[in-house]
Amino acid sequence: MSHWIILPLLLPLAAGMLNLLLTRTGTNAQRMVSFVMACVLLAIAALLLSRVAAGHIDVYELGDWPAPFGIVLVLDRLSALMLALTALLALPILAHACLGDDRRGRDFHVFFPLQLLGINGAFLTGDLFNLFVFFEILLIVSYCLALHGHGPDRTRNALRYVVLNLIGSSLFLIALGVVYGICGTLNMADLGLKIASLSQDQVPLLQAASLLLLTVFGLKAAILPLFLWLPGLYAAVLPSVAALFAIMTKVGVYAILRVQSLIFTVHGPVDHGAALLLPLALITLGAASLCVLGSTGLRQLLAWLVVVSVGTLLAGIGLWSPDGISASLYYLPHTTLVTAGLFLLADHIANQRGAAEDQFKPGPPMSRPDLLGTLFLLGAMAAAGLPPLSGFVGKVLLLHAAGPAHAVSIWTVVLGGSLLGIVALGRCGSTLFWKTDGVPLSGATVSWVRVAPAAGLILAAVALAAMADPVTAYTKAAAEQLLARHEYIEAVLGGGNP
Amino acid sequence: MNVLILVLVPLLGSVLPPFAMRRGRDACAWSAIIVTACAIALAIRPIMLAFRGTPASMRLPWLDGIGLDPAMRMDGLAALFTFLILGIGLLVIIYARYYLSPKDPMGRLYGLLLVFMSAMLGVVLSDNLILMLIFWELTSLSSFLLIGYWQHRADARQGARMALIVTGAGGLALLAGFLLLGAMAGTHRISEILPQGDLIRAHPLYAPALILILIGAFTKSAQFPFHFWLPRAMAAPTPISAYLHSATMVKAGVFLLARLYPVLAGTDLWFFAVGGVGLATLLMGAYAAIFQHDLKGLLAYSTISHLGLIVLLFGLDTPLAAVAGVFHIINHATFKASLFMAAGIIDHETGTRDMRSLNGLWKYMPHTATLAMVASAAMAGVPLLNGFLSKEMFFAETLHADLLGSARLVLPAAATLAGIFAVAYSTRFIHDVFFNGEPRGLPKYPPHEPPRFMKVPVEILAGLCLLVGVLPSLTVGPLLRLAATSVVGEALPHYSLAIWHGFNAPLVMSLVALGGGIALYATRHRLFALHDRLPFRADAAGMFHAVEDGLVRFARLVSRNLDNGSLQRSAALLLGAAVLAMLGPLAGASVKGPLPSTPLDPLTLLGAVLLMGAGLLTVLWHEHRLSAVISLSVVGLLVALAFTRFSAPDLALTQLSVEVVTIMLLLLALFFLPERHARLTRPRARTGDLLLAVGAGGGCGLLVWGMLTRPLSSISSFFMEHSLPGGGGVNMVNVILVDFRGFDTLGEITVLAVAAVGIFALLDNLRLPVSALNPEGRPWADEPHPLILSQVTRFLLPLALMVSAYLFLRGHNAPGGGFIAGLVAAVALILQYMANGIAWTQRQWRPPFHPLIAAGVLIAAATGAGSLLLNHPFLTSTFGHASLPVVGEFELASAMIFDLGVFLTVVGVIMLILANLGTLTRRENAPREKR
Amino acid sequence: MEILAACVIAVLVACGVYLVLRARTFTVVLGLSLLSYAVNLFLFFSGRLTTGAPPLAASPATTADPLPQALVLTAIVIGFGMTAFVVILALRARGELGNDHVDGREDKP
Repeated sequence: MSHWIILPLLLPLAAGMLNLLLTRTGTNAQRMVSFVMACVLLAIAALLLSRVAAGHIDVYELGDWPAPFGIVLVLDRLSALMLALTALLALPILAHACLGDDRRGRDFHVFFPLQLLGINGAFLTGDLFNLFVFFEILLIVSYCLALHGHGPDRTRNALRYVVLNLIGSSLFLIALGVVYGICGTLNMADLGLKIASLSQDQVPLLQAASLLLLTVFGLKAAILPLFLWLPGLYAAVLPSVAALFAIMTKVGVYAILRVQSLIFTVHGPVDHGAALLLPLALITLGAASLCVLGSTGLRQLLAWLVVVSVGTLLAGIGLWSPDGISASLYYLPHTTLVTAGLFLLADHIANQRGAAEDQFKPGPPMSRPDLLGTLFLLGAMAAAGLPPLSGFVGKVLLLHAAGPAHAVSIWTVVLGGSLLGIVALGRCGSTLFWKTDGVPLSGATVSWVRVAPAAGLILAAVALAAMADPVTAYTKAAAEQLLARHEYIEAVLGGGNP
Repeated sequence: MNVLILVLVPLLGSVLPPFAMRRGRDACAWSAIIVTACAIALAIRPIMLAFRGTPASMRLPWLDGIGLDPAMRMDGLAALFTFLILGIGLLVIIYARYYLSPKDPMGRLYGLLLVFMSAMLGVVLSDNLILMLIFWELTSLSSFLLIGYWQHRADARQGARMALIVTGAGGLALLAGFLLLGAMAGTHRISEILPQGDLIRAHPLYAPALILILIGAFTKSAQFPFHFWLPRAMAAPTPISAYLHSATMVKAGVFLLARLYPVLAGTDLWFFAVGGVGLATLLMGAYAAIFQHDLKGLLAYSTISHLGLIVLLFGLDTPLAAVAGVFHIINHATFKASLFMAAGIIDHETGTRDMRSLNGLWKYMPHTATLAMVASAAMAGVPLLNGFLSKEMFFAETLHADLLGSARLVLPAAATLAGIFAVAYSTRFIHDVFFNGEPRGLPKYPPHEPPRFMKVPVEILAGLCLLVGVLPSLTVGPLLRLAATSVVGEALPHYSLAIWHGFNAPLVMSLVALGGGIALYATRHRLFALHDRLPFRADAAGMFHAVEDGLVRFARLVSRNLDNGSLQRSAALLLGAAVLAMLGPLAGASVKGPLPSTPLDPLTLLGAVLLMGAGLLTVLWHEHRLSAVISLSVVGLLVALAFTRFSAPDLALTQLSVEVVTIMLLLLALFFLPERHARLTRPRARTGDLLLAVGAGGGCGLLVWGMLTRPLSSISSFFMEHSLPGGGGVNMVNVILVDFRGFDTLGEITVLAVAAVGIFALLDNLRLPVSALNPEGRPWADEPHPLILSQVTRFLLPLALMVSAYLFLRGHNAPGGGFIAGLVAAVALILQYMANGIAWTQRQWRPPFHPLIAAGVLIAAATGAGSLLLNHPFLTSTFGHASLPVVGEFELASAMIFDLGVFLTVVGVIMLILANLGTLTRRENAPREKR
Repeated sequence: MEILAACVIAVLVACGVYLVLRARTFTVVLGLSLLSYAVNLFLFFSGRLTTGAPPLAASPATTADPLPQALVLTAIVIGFGMTAFVVILALRARGELGNDHVDGREDKP
């Protein structure tokens, strides 16, 4: 019996509440707490990754109640990967936030750990209602973070985000009601079993439930036509918050992947969701790529890139083949880390350009064009999928997985999207870095130290490309584990850990 | 392995020049030279091996899963290109040292130059399609950065972007083509694909693959209709133009044709696609070159035309033509590079490149003039120079292209015409610049010879033109044979590199070209006039810009319309999706299940009717807010009744207490929100909303009906059995909340805590306009804190607190529990605020709410974590029994402490929210200082 | 009885949805609360309609399904937190944007 699994949840919760106690003590103490938490989290994530790398599935029965009656936490390759990604993302973002974003409003260091709590919980839980609870946690915290620092623009976009997600939560509950009302259980593995042996007259109701869930997760993942909340919000919130939100859409993607592959099986009786995914993904990808070209500012462009990445991910998942899912699982960390890094970089760039901020119009030259320019170039290459960085590897993996069979649909959309991306980023870069006038501003300072977090995240693209071999080996294994759902079910219902 | 290092050396070396720049320009140049020299030294052995017929090759295991194992191979063709890339690269580096002005960032130029060198080496050395594509894209990227070197110039920025977009698009097409090719051959190793020509040519995917690959090659080699980016790329510094845009990078396209020649060539499609495009480019480029006034413009178009010539040669699809193609690659590289450098010298010394003001430079720089004349003579194909030889072979090949049948004379004719044009623009280059009267209005006057070492590279290259032209077989012979072998295979056709083949048709064509060209140049003035009067100008670049801008405008339109910031639209879309999700599967299915429906009693019916009525009233009155809130609260009460009706006392209690707080909250909010209420939505939109509403309602209704009429076998029997023995409680709901699913509850109170803290942050220095008078213009209340109420509540407080304690303790066995108890306590406290005013209450009692909340959650969490010490899973509970008077027998479960945490959190949360919201009203009168 | 329950849910959801689609923050809040009432009932009904048998382990007979009740309780609490938050957010929007339109800007229809 190992208790490691609970730590990615207990630790942030404790840290958050500790920081709540420390509100009066001041930010520095809180920063310490957050940092310690983030570092330990990273270590634990690495440990968990090593635990499941061999293919063993960890099951943790909370309150010592056997599944399916109590709540279980399940750690398989996929969840371990997501946990590691979250921890990897958190540290540099926290570092960047401590450059000043965290003082722009109250209680940043209360919300930040709790945000991680919500995300990790969503990745770990093996219970559908508990998933809802963790979604609510990460949502309420994300509301607070989105409003961090206030300002009319943030308030306006946050209002829309909040209301939409409240509606989404209601839909989630309705779906839960139907699922429980038909299957009489909430444990995901158990549901997987129940649905395999479904009587014909129950299918339509569950189809409806599965589609409702797809809608809810689609809202989180921001697939067409439910992504309208994202661009405005991500462009409006504080840079470090936007960077952290890069993982939020991925939670939606994860939920889709998990629920479809485990509960509503791909070719089982309840297959509408699985079948719909690919077309939805391609439409999202196409529309978002166009909007990337249409953006008028760097942050807006990055926000649309987030939607593009969601489309790409779901396109790979929508193939429901080991190669396709594996490609997406390789692309997922790449796009999350790089986009986050670019959001942080955009902060520095905007600070350097004074009134022009991140808008695509001539501004003063930057004081460190070499540093920022190189980083931006790397990030843009990775984002646009130009070789030799991870974006390219991921794209090739995806095209390869799709194969000539899908050449017309997937290849066209993905490659067309990349072209639009190249055009957009080329224009963006040449405007921001080349089309300058006046003299550099005096105030804004950039140094290696200040840029380090952004640089670290962007250089992840290089690392991922270099380590593509082991990483893809892992993601392939994870994909196969997902599609062989009986392993998961046995691990959970077979009485947990010996 | 050697081969890989060869590619890596320039890449890693590219970081040196920027650093060396700190020690001056010479150090910077030397660093670049040394790096290149190292590369050359490394290249010698592999090239030797290639000559010996045992090509050096290496392979790394990386992503074998998708056939991407970085393999490299130095065969004949690669050897030839390596030779060009490194040799000309070295000369260009020397030349650039003197070309750049002191204010140009030299380190960047050399760094990028080396990056490009490495990428180009990678392209020619790759033995894996995907790997080649990686380097291919890198050349596009470094070219983009080099064209934009003078970033302050708009033309540089635009030219750079255009080149990136065109070649980038080509690269994507190439990727698709390569993947198809790999799928056909079952491998991405080029050396394994090359033998499979027949299989691939017969494959159904051959045509699409070929087209895609050709798009890639043609965009890179600036073939019609993608040629337009090359002239715009001339905004780059001249050394770059000489290196990338004439000698090496643009040759990547034709290199690809040569590389895949054994697999893809040999079909009609190949002949017509490649040959046709090549011919068109050849003529178009040569013609356009005549009319350029800019020296570099002329050279650019001539480059396009010569690339077209090479492409056409490969398109002709005979072994000899292929040999000729390879030969011309070499020759063109030499003379064109030297011409660019000469043009650069002239630009550098006179300050202009416009041939209309450049005249009679012979007097001022005879040395440069001689070199330029040799080179351009080679470009024109004058005997005794290398250009002549390959052009002769070209002419000869055009004579036997059999596929055209009756129209077989078209090719030779077109070739001769192109030759005439070539002679014409070459003559213009010489005559306009070096003779033709005196220079007019030069920015720098008088011009003079450049520094010694700026000329050396030109001398070397021009010398090569002459040498190869005179002694072909002794000089270029072996290299050509080597390269050609790896293109057309072992059985190399017989060809002779002699200068004199006797008086034959090709020679005639050459003579016609020479004569005609000079004649054409003689009539140039009339020709230019004619050209200027041409009604239409085929300006591909203009079209490109139009398309790009149009696309961007369209994209702006789309994104603006997609995201117009409207909540109503997003909500409608979301709900619409939900309606489809619900109704779609139900359509056509039998919703009603097998179970018979249970009888209906009047009381329930009444309640239900009231409930629906209240809901509808809320909608009806939603513009008179107070009444709306009241009817809403009625809905809440009836829902609570429904819970009791269907045996859920806990829910009823919770619902009631939550209801109270919610309504308080809504009323407080109402106080701050403007009363006036213009109708905002158009009737049409409203009907749409109605439809959505009906759809959503109907969907949910159907789901409920279908659900209720189907049997349910749930896991709840387990809770039945274990609630008392395992959980130590009779009230199953409470046991589930604090034990079976305590984890949910922990999450739930976390949500509450965050909500409260977030609300507190929201209220932070928030200013709201509040009027002391209500809409009727009377003060809200004559007496803010009515005496009786205040007295009563002060007396009530302890009582209420006791009730809450009671509810808390019995919670585990009877309806109640920490949450409800917490709400009751909180409400009692809030009542103090309402009755006595915040000022008074806070004087009596000013608890720190934040720590209270934190403590609550931490207690709950700690209780759960306690079991970890006993190596039980998180939240494992234990319990014993105790008894109190009044309350009676109750058990002291660890879950109880957990529940205590819940209690504290709830109290803290409610107080934090309501108390602070209350202070908003005061804040107006006494604004606090900003935090 | 089942059909009646279905009607109640249908009406409440419809009312909630209609109000959520209005343009004033306060009305949207009303709609959201209506919606959450409906959803809680929905979740509650997923345990079927049991009369006069509260889920107490002591009672011998089969009682109402306790699990949905626990879920609904959690849902109610979370819903309360969310409603409170959105109410205050509406106030904040009113304060910062100077109006109570959901898009934060008064656009004439």
